[in-house]
Amino acid sequence: MSAVEEVVTEAPAVEAVPKRAMTLGLGTSLVVLGALVLAPLFVKNFIIFQMTMLLIYGLAVLALNILTGGSGQFSLGQSAFYAVGAYTSAILMEHAGMNYALTLPIAGLICFAFGFAFGQPALRLSGIYLALATFALAVAMPQLLKLHFVEHWTGGVQGLVVTKPDAPFGLPMGQDMWLYYFTLVITIGIYIASVNLLRSRSGRAFMAIRDNEIAASAMGVDVALYKTLAFGVSAGITGVAGGLGAIAVQFVAPDSYTITLAISLFLGMVVGGVGWLPGSIVGAAFIIFVPNIAESISKGLSGAVFGVLLFIVIFLVPHGARQIAIVAQQVLSKFKK
Amino acid sequence: MSTIKKLAVVSAAFGLLAASSSGVLAQKKYDSGASDSEIKIGNIMPYSGPASAYGVIAKTEEAYFRKVNAEGGINGRKINFISYDDAYSPPKTVEQARKLVESDEALIVFNPLGTPPNTAIQKYLNSKKVPQLFVATGATKWNDSKSFPWTMGWQPNYQSETQIYAKYILKEKPNAKIGILYQNDDYGKDYLKGFKDGLGAKAASMIVLEESYEVSEPTIDSHIVKLKATGADVFVNITTPKFAAQAIKKNAELGWKPLHFLNSVSASIGSVIKPAGFENAQDIISSQYLKDPADAEFKNDAGMKAWNEFLDKYYPEANRADAFVVYGYTVAQTLEHVLKSCGDNLTRENVMKQAASIKDLELGGLLPGIKINTSATDFAPISQLQLVKFKGDTWERFGEILSSDAGG
Repeated sequence: MSAVEEVVTEAPAVEAVPKRAMTLGLGTSLVVLGALVLAPLFVKNFIIFQMTMLLIYGLAVLALNILTGGSGQFSLGQSAFYAVGAYTSAILMEHAGMNYALTLPIAGLICFAFGFAFGQPALRLSGIYLALATFALAVAMPQLLKLHFVEHWTGGVQGLVVTKPDAPFGLPMGQDMWLYYFTLVITIGIYIASVNLLRSRSGRAFMAIRDNEIAASAMGVDVALYKTLAFGVSAGITGVAGGLGAIAVQFVAPDSYTITLAISLFLGMVVGGVGWLPGSIVGAAFIIFVPNIAESISKGLSGAVFGVLLFIVIFLVPHGARQIAIVAQQVLSKFKK
Repeated sequence: MSTIKKLAVVSAAFGLLAASSSGVLAQKKYDSGASDSEIKIGNIMPYSGPASAYGVIAKTEEAYFRKVNAEGGINGRKINFISYDDAYSPPKTVEQARKLVESDEALIVFNPLGTPPNTAIQKYLNSKKVPQLFVATGATKWNDSKSFPWTMGWQPNYQSETQIYAKYILKEKPNAKIGILYQNDDYGKDYLKGFKDGLGAKAASMIVLEESYEVSEPTIDSHIVKLKATGADVFVNITTPKFAAQAIKKNAELGWKPLHFLNSVSASIGSVIKPAGFENAQDIISSQYLKDPADAEFKNDAGMKAWNEFLDKYYPEANRADAFVVYGYTVAQTLEHVLKSCGDNLTRENVMKQAASIKDLELGGLLPGIKINTSATDFAPISQLQLVKFKGDTWERFGEILSSDAGG
């Protein structure tokens, strides 16, 4: 909780929503965007695939960031929403023969509904109790997917193999590169929408609830509605990420969406900086690449090495990438003077 | 350059090789991952996560390839064994497989573990025409050379095992009334299908009850009571270790003494038989294909002696009671055999070709009489088992080596 509170207390709020607290400056954004657009032209397909996964996990972390950083609710159940999104896309593509791009909004909508519905009972819980309730959801999901009466669609333990789409209109690019750009466009769209959401009336309501629920309701914010709405939006975005993940990995199985995934996403959010949306990509990079680095240091002790690295990060920069960005900005502004 | 032409040349070369059977090619041929000095072998194994107990398999393989390299390598080439952790998570398996193929440029992906992880990478590896060789899972679907010519299993598959039980029942107890308990997932159904196929036309008349349970059930006692009530005199027990122990115990409590077949998945003495009680497990029948390192019978066996010497020198910290150490050793030897027979033609196509032409290969870790055989249509290398009966506090082998080839 403290991290969330400190986000608020740290900078004196001049604007209702300090823009910098949530986004990058225009110049930096353009540089990052340029790098993301151009990078695939110079690297191997495998790296492109990793970058696609980076964007996908980035989206999922972003979704959690809206929920936790925005409305102050904890969730360890994001893997469940991710799984529902992934299975929705996979089932629609493989059983209904639907175009992959069309399955994503459906996955998003179903997950929105699912998240909104789950938000109802979650209203009675807060803080660590809510975290536990969502944890239960994440633990239950892999088993639910194996249930007998849905097995016909989900493929049970075996999962479903998904066909990877080719680039449309005869574009001269490989499947990996096309999927990367496809994911990039969706990511940017959702990112902009999320920033705007948090700056809007609803976003201010989220943050008012986060900061002080009683004060928020006194100001006329419908606490119940906005809390469940935050859950719905977060779940919807996670569902889109899950759908994209299913297409990129070409396979869905219950073992892909265990509690480990939920914890990874949570970890990515903390490392990226709670409430700081661009940090989501940094957090996603952490959960994708740091385990590989840990493994290259020691195979037998990869988990321990990962733990040490994580500990160092949390110890040195408790606010994650956001803290580094702020420091960098201060250094730069001094330099300018 | 047309790949088809390349392939044509390569397959013509095989033709020549087969015809001359000299094993020597005029020209050296390589795909990425192989060269004059080195062969890159990729591997994916859950070193962390829920299935990390299997990690010992790849550790044994790594040690074995160190031994091969120390002894001069394979036809003068060192093996570079690159093994990555996937934590038994299919998306991670895909990432690691792509890393092996596209970044490390491994010649083959060898012995990746688990049915979901292997399913996740099967399509990718087949489209890239990279061998997914000797996968470490018992599912029957890996023996499907028509749809997936680049994927091959290794261990006896589930269907083969229950087919062997069915054959035994048909021979020894042709009028049996059979009750089956199986786990309601693909593993249980795979076993069940093999069993019914094995009984053939008599399945309908012999099986009195097919009872299934869910993994989520805390106990299977009620299913056992139901099975006993049918008056079955043969019990086919297709359960995972926890439930297998419960079933054995409940049988004894009820005083139900059918001819009891236990699937090899749960044949572990330490985790199933001992908790269920040795006195309750007498005369249960199961099957084996690898030598049990704890078996006193193999104390002076040449194969196990070599295994012990290898461990002394290259993997001294290994747990010698661990069956996975025998597994890793034996599957690594199978790969060594395949790579040796490739000679100087280390293309992916030739690796698959050689892997599909193993004839009567006997290895030190396999039970005496069990031979590895493959062909262009038989992608199930080990399809022989020996029945074992539980006597005292150990499994005793009996009868002939039995074989059965089930396809996916």
